[in-house]
Amino acid sequence: MNDFSRAITYLNDPFNWSRPNGITDLALEHIGISAVAVLAAMVVALPIGVALGTARRGAGLVVVLSNVSRAIPTLALLTLFAVSPIGFGNRATTIALAVFAIPPILTNTFVGFRGVDAEVREAARGMGMSRAQVLGRVELPLALPLVTTGIRTAAVQVVATAGLAALVGGGGLGRLINLGFGQQDYGVMIAGAILVAGLALLTELLLATVSWAVTPGPRRLPFLQVRTSPRAGGVPEPTASGVPL
Amino acid sequence: MTSLATRPLLDAVSDPAVGLLAVDEAPNPWFDPSYVTDNWDSILTYTGEHVRLTVLAVVIGAAVALPLALLARRSRYLSAPVLGLSTVVYTIPSLALFALLVPFTGLSSNTVLIGLVAYSLVILVRNFLAGLQGVPADVREAARGMGLSAAQTFWRVDLPLALPAFMAGLRIATVSTVALTTVGVLVGHGGLGQLITGGFAANFYRAEIVTGAVGCVLLALLADVLLAGAERVLTPWARAVRT
Repeated sequence: MNDFSRAITYLNDPFNWSRPNGITDLALEHIGISAVAVLAAMVVALPIGVALGTARRGAGLVVVLSNVSRAIPTLALLTLFAVSPIGFGNRATTIALAVFAIPPILTNTFVGFRGVDAEVREAARGMGMSRAQVLGRVELPLALPLVTTGIRTAAVQVVATAGLAALVGGGGLGRLINLGFGQQDYGVMIAGAILVAGLALLTELLLATVSWAVTPGPRRLPFLQVRTSPRAGGVPEPTASGVPL
Repeated sequence: MTSLATRPLLDAVSDPAVGLLAVDEAPNPWFDPSYVTDNWDSILTYTGEHVRLTVLAVVIGAAVALPLALLARRSRYLSAPVLGLSTVVYTIPSLALFALLVPFTGLSSNTVLIGLVAYSLVILVRNFLAGLQGVPADVREAARGMGLSAAQTFWRVDLPLALPAFMAGLRIATVSTVALTTVGVLVGHGGLGQLITGGFAANFYRAEIVTGAVGCVLLALLADVLLAGAERVLTPWARAVRT
């Protein structure tokens, strides 16, 4: 394929990487936006998820939030923030991405903490553990696999979606796709697509390894688990990831 | 005026001495009923394309996903590669996937359709497989003991028992596909997404952007309600148990 060989040529030129606004700059911008968005979402979603999950309240709210977020196109939110008084640019992109990262983290944290066996908690309290000790030494380790799944899902989604920001004047690696498309230079476009896809796959691999390393107990790589479907009654599925993007 | 400071493009000309751009003095409401009535025809056209792409993607995806799920159920050695591959596809950003398809299929709506089928396929295979694996093994054994053939077992045992999971998968796939179709704006076939980027390109015309965004959400909710209704009709026994 001619366009593909041109993409490889483009990627092999060191100048395309090192020049100002080259691949390195765009990739760092992409990673920076994504990291800030995921961290912001974690700051908001983790405490709420833990609070609701340990209290076993608000399941309806979490389900509605995760379902509604799936119906809202990311492109729409990116565009709406860009034309709001925030102004277009990286700030609007980051806020839009953070909003989309909240539902997966919140849902998984909620399900993880709610799923801790009541008898285990009772036993821990019976052993004389304080409320904080139960939370940190009993509930957290048991909920950790789902919490890390939520963060991984959100991070991959954010890295993937950050590319869309280029369609509405944002930065990051998506700019190469948009630029190549606009100039009918499909080599550059494919190079951008390979880079965005590679970065998303890399994020998935990296975070899967991290979650595998920090999870206590019997270890399973998270790739091969079947997603359990929501049963009648509306239990949120553990990997309510919103949209594949 | 504070909004001007955050718009780098306009900074150069927003100096009080130079005066304001006409763009900023003109009203730019978030929603404008007259926009909807004036552009009803093009909104309908885009909605039609949106619906066509979504329905085709989910139907084709389901037609491919069902045999794959049936195959994957047979053994772990088949389900592992199917699930692994679907994870990889799911991770590839839609923008990148559409961009990679352009050299093959050009600027046609087929580019968008193939990408959407790939994503709906991934969601459906997982949910179909989860549904099929949820059918108790002793029920299937009983069916075989009663002399049902493989096809009869599927139609009369597997399908009714796995139907709730199948429908849940179809609902998730449909709602995500409606949202995902907007990314097709890259090749000019994004359905209502065209309004979103069109309004952005037309001097940040908010009414057009909001119309596109709200249209997408309404479409997704409508599809979800329709599928939920279909599920109720198809599984009368579930209602009987619950009440």
